[in-house]
Amino acid sequence: MKFGILVNEGPYTHQASDSAYQFTKVALEKGHEIYRVFFYNDGVNNGTRLTVPPQDERNIQNNWSELAKEHDLDLVVCVAAAQRRGILDESEAKRHSKDVDNIAPGFRISGLGQLIEIGIECDRLVAFGD
Amino acid sequence: MLHTVNKSPFEKTTFESCLNHARPGDAVLLIEDGIYAAMKGTAMADRIAGMNGELSLYALGPDLAARGVDEGALLEGISVVDYGGFVDLVAEHDVTQTWL
Amino acid sequence: MSADAQVPESDDRKKFLYVNRRAPYGTIYALESLEVVLIGAAFDQDVSIAFFDDGVYQILKNQDTSGIGMKNFSPTYRALGDYEVTKLYVEKESLDERGLSPDDLMEITYEDEDDDWEEKPSIRVVERAKLSEIMAEQDVILSF
Repeated sequence: MKFGILVNEGPYTHQASDSAYQFTKVALEKGHEIYRVFFYNDGVNNGTRLTVPPQDERNIQNNWSELAKEHDLDLVVCVAAAQRRGILDESEAKRHSKDVDNIAPGFRISGLGQLIEIGIECDRLVAFGD
Repeated sequence: MLHTVNKSPFEKTTFESCLNHARPGDAVLLIEDGIYAAMKGTAMADRIAGMNGELSLYALGPDLAARGVDEGALLEGISVVDYGGFVDLVAEHDVTQTWL
Repeated sequence: MSADAQVPESDDRKKFLYVNRRAPYGTIYALESLEVVLIGAAFDQDVSIAFFDDGVYQILKNQDTSGIGMKNFSPTYRALGDYEVTKLYVEKESLDERGLSPDDLMEITYEDEDDDWEEKPSIRVVERAKLSEIMAEQDVILSF
């Protein structure tokens, strides 16, 4: 079955991103297709590569990046929500004259239409938030 | 329809609102802090008993274990599922409503 | 609904419901939910919005944010008709619980192209059981 996942909270403060990650991993193990994981609201903060959590803690952002690499996942960060919260890729950083970008490997920045597309294209949409 | 609830019923009204809007035959899965609604002897217990089995109630096992809640401490009629069971519930129901 | 059935592309359209259960300004969810609705309107789906629990506060009249330094986005709800988003369901019980009546809500209307562009109210106050029924009919629910 074709699943779309929506993550509406950032890492660490809420369990949402962890729950979404566990769900996504197990859905893949069970042979489902993950059409896309969309990050919205503070969920865009899952897409920074600049986090440095203590070594004995999970690194949520890395977990997503690694899962994306392993399964060729489409991890999409909402551009409007990302701009508000300072998540930038190279071209966005250039466009807004910022000195650095911070998007994590495996993530891409795109529009809200990508979320609507999940609704249209997927059999199921599962959201995680607060 | 599948409903997921992730808040303690003692902090937020999410679970109450879910029960108010769920229809007979729907499934409700308690995850994260939502699992506390599944425990015996709480102020929610009568509310859940009052549903008379109209809804199928589930609690996510890994979230129970993480919070030190033994399956034996749950109300009768609550089924415990793992993440695989969560995925199956989503697949079995046409729509999932996430109560945030 | 019978009018919808005459739209040729109606067979491929999915029923999208946006669920709003949270008040505006205290958190960003109401604003960012509205942004999804506006973008989603371009996709020609069968869109409805539900306001219940604290979500009814989103469409109260007389919002003035000048003292809190935030943008007042409430006028955008009144523009939804221009985006062909014309079904705004408000739960009666949620209004009652909060001591509100439909008169406390903004006037939100649309021009009905199937009825000589007559101006009609977009807000439909429904009872809880009806709202549950509407939720059960959806293909996709986006809840913020």
